[in-house]
Amino acid sequence: MNSKFKIEPDRSLYPSVGKDGKLEIDLSSGKYVKIWHGPNHPGVTGNMSLELTICGDEIVEAKTHVGYLHRGFEKIFERRTWMQCFPTVVRMCVPEPDTNEYCLAAAMEELSGVEAPEYAQWMRTLVLEMARLTNLLRTVPGLGGTMGLGLGVQWGVYMRDLLLDRFEELTGARIYHMYIIPGGVRGKMPEGFKERLLSNLKEIDDFSLRVKKLIFDNAVVKKRAVGTGYVDPSWVDRFGVVGPNARAAGVNRDVRKDYPYLKYAELDFEPYVDENKGSDVYSRFWVRYMDMINTVALIRQILDKMPNDGEILARIPNALHWSIPKGQTYVRCESSRGEYGFYAVSDGSEYPRRINLRGPSYTHAIALLEKLLVNANISDVSPIMVSLTTCPPEIER
Amino acid sequence: MMKIKDILSPFSAWGNINRKAVTVRDPFSERPGADRYRGFHKNDISKCIGCGTCEAICENKAIDMVPVEGVETKKGDSGLRPMVDYGRCCWCALCVDVCTTGSLTMSNEYTWVSENPDDFRYIPGVDKKPWDNEVKGWKNPGYSLYNPDRVEMEELKPEERITNFMELVKGYSKEQAEKEADRCVSCGICVASCPAHMDIPGYIKAIRDNNLELGLKLLYDTNPLPEICGRVCTHRCEEVCSIGVKGDPLAIRWLKRYIADSVPFEQYKKILGLDTLPEGKKHVAIIGAGPSGISAAYYLRTLGYKVTIFEAKSHPGGATMYGIPKYRLPMDILEKEIGMLEEMGVEFRFNTMIGREVKFDELYTAYDAVFMGIGFEKPYLLAIENELAKGSLQAIDFLREVNEGKTPEIGDKVVVIGGGNVAMDAARVSRRLGAEVTILYRRRIEDMPSDPEEIEGCEQEGIHIITQAIPTKVIVDANNVVTGIEYLKAKMVSDEKGGRPKPEPIEGSETVINVTAVIGAIGQEGAFEFLGTEWLEKLNIKRGRIVVDENMQSSIPKLFAGGDSVNATADAISAIADGHKAAKGIDKLLQGL
Repeated sequence: MNSKFKIEPDRSLYPSVGKDGKLEIDLSSGKYVKIWHGPNHPGVTGNMSLELTICGDEIVEAKTHVGYLHRGFEKIFERRTWMQCFPTVVRMCVPEPDTNEYCLAAAMEELSGVEAPEYAQWMRTLVLEMARLTNLLRTVPGLGGTMGLGLGVQWGVYMRDLLLDRFEELTGARIYHMYIIPGGVRGKMPEGFKERLLSNLKEIDDFSLRVKKLIFDNAVVKKRAVGTGYVDPSWVDRFGVVGPNARAAGVNRDVRKDYPYLKYAELDFEPYVDENKGSDVYSRFWVRYMDMINTVALIRQILDKMPNDGEILARIPNALHWSIPKGQTYVRCESSRGEYGFYAVSDGSEYPRRINLRGPSYTHAIALLEKLLVNANISDVSPIMVSLTTCPPEIER
Repeated sequence: MMKIKDILSPFSAWGNINRKAVTVRDPFSERPGADRYRGFHKNDISKCIGCGTCEAICENKAIDMVPVEGVETKKGDSGLRPMVDYGRCCWCALCVDVCTTGSLTMSNEYTWVSENPDDFRYIPGVDKKPWDNEVKGWKNPGYSLYNPDRVEMEELKPEERITNFMELVKGYSKEQAEKEADRCVSCGICVASCPAHMDIPGYIKAIRDNNLELGLKLLYDTNPLPEICGRVCTHRCEEVCSIGVKGDPLAIRWLKRYIADSVPFEQYKKILGLDTLPEGKKHVAIIGAGPSGISAAYYLRTLGYKVTIFEAKSHPGGATMYGIPKYRLPMDILEKEIGMLEEMGVEFRFNTMIGREVKFDELYTAYDAVFMGIGFEKPYLLAIENELAKGSLQAIDFLREVNEGKTPEIGDKVVVIGGGNVAMDAARVSRRLGAEVTILYRRRIEDMPSDPEEIEGCEQEGIHIITQAIPTKVIVDANNVVTGIEYLKAKMVSDEKGGRPKPEPIEGSETVINVTAVIGAIGQEGAFEFLGTEWLEKLNIKRGRIVVDENMQSSIPKLFAGGDSVNATADAISAIADGHKAAKGIDKLLQGL
């Protein structure tokens, strides 16, 4: 454990801290047991493992282990042409691939001085919001899911499917959309798309009400979630907490507002911030719930404001050998989990020198999680982990 | 914060008890993919040209270009077709988006069951699949992943052109050339159609990478006259260019010219490594300093042979020097490229005609091998009345005289007969000499063997083209000076043997045009008499052309031949290719390989 972080002083019943700052855990005493949580836990969106040292059913120490999902994406990119990275980046975050597409496109466009056409920028904004909603529809009822209340998740998965249908007709695929191509987008809205999307949003409005009654106005959930996994607002900067997790701690962090990109500056919206600084599992889910409601409103606003037609692709250099001028950039966007950024370096050739992903799960699930789990109950591991919206594919790229 | 509501509220979920289930209960009901669904591939085999851009862009190496039974390799078609491996395909459809012909698409079919794993690797369009006729599925969304529009080449305005012999085409700047070079998809289909098989994708990549030295080396690997070809080549490569199927073909010729013009000429020798050429003992004679002779001389010299070129005229260059007007190929370009050969140690003997100054016998015995690139210099005659009257000229004589700096008497009203490049040259030169020009051609515009841009140039310069017109006689006055030409209108009759339609004169449609000169440009033939009857008997000549083997060796063992007198395509690049082949052939012979 990093010596910078001190164990809370009132934990006298628990293992004492040695001179080296590490816990003195004597496994042979029989007081402590090590168990593995994962790597195949249904509460985790992917394969990640926690090494828990427990005393009774309380966790005294947690270590995060990744590596079960490592596919070496960042290395693969160095062996692909810039355009060939486009179908690959989506795989770095399965539930919300569009943020990857956008970051790659934005980095390539910035470095080579290409600007996506107006209509394409609106379509990108729409698709990113649809992706956020798709992800939240599954994550928000996940609060119940982690506590054994799977009903909300089932409703959510159906709602998500409705949006996947829209993605399918717009982009040609349900999961890996590959729609935000560097230089623009890959298609216009099909006939009747807007109407179908609006009718889906109506169903989602209804779903939101039902899910609130089922999960958020729920005594059992409140009993377990309120006060669990507390993130002190002072940790936000220390741990690099971003997005909804930061907003639950009362710190307003939203790339769409802080560093507006695409058409967000022209849209009227306010990210929800928990003024009470609840910053626990319940609060973080509630922020996401409000995000979901806001996103639905934002999609309606985008559909209202966006032009009906326009160019979809700027005149880009030949995609087969697009050489990006020498340079580096960091581009970011707000994913449903927080700031999602690409650091891209070009040496002037047809191949990226380096594409590095900075995803929110990296800090949330590796450093912060280890801290939050101490003192928690075994059964609270899943709610805490999911409340940080851990996405292991994005940690291991 | 806990309220009584929180205990009751979750029970509201029971309210859903009467809702209709949304899950599909029956696993076998079909749910078709969306209209744009990226499903299994389809390929229109007749449209596909096997350019392989799909293979190049595929990030998973899921596409292999493979030979297919029933698809022949031909000009503009590699004969290969994409085979997709669904164990690797990620359904991104970039292959569809980049397809140069639009033949590759995807169906909206996404389920497929087979017990045989090999089935999942198939050639769309060749291996029949149930979704071959499916209309729905991903197609190119109407954009292009490369620029389909050619970078416009600046030219002199027509009204400016016809007053002088200045070069028409201005050439690309660095930015323009790099922008144009970026359009290349590097499919290499052009290489097969180029008679010299130049490494076109290679030198175009060199332009993109701003490595013009490498570009120049690649040019000289197969063509020692790139500045000439960069201006007047018949560019068969552009006819088959894959991006020309949906957009403008790449301006390969102008890009070649850009490299040759951009590298300072003083550096050529150093870049090409011509400073230290091997010195051999064997000596090769070359008859004719045209493109084929120069090409043979260059490559023989680089192989270490001593080379002497015999030329009947006072300057080298052959048809490029005497036949091509200066607005297409300025004189200094020719002199520059040919001057380099002299620096390489090639000996030139001008005003030396074989059979006149030097006997062929002497040549044949004195040298280790002889290459003959004598071209076609004898014009075909129309065989009509008064053809030899005063004012009735032959195009190649006319063009030569103009290039020599003379001003032939043509008056102010000229008719040119013919539809090839020589006819167009004669017409446009006459226009520059101030005459009003009309072209008479037997067939239709689309049948003209001339390059389309030459025909376009004629039209821009105000030259009148009369098609389906068969000249019947030249009208002369009492002093046997041309005053007019009579022609018959013709109708096109389709050929029963499947050849191109033939013009058939319409009785009674005689029309007369008053002219001051008639220029015939219906073709030329070779003149081999200088060899003497003894050698002529040994030389195998078929339909006016010397018969050679794949090494350009004629029926006379030490005699090699190339260029127009061998090659029916009769253009500079074919002649250059012949010269290169002959050089290799001579090397083989002299090394006893």
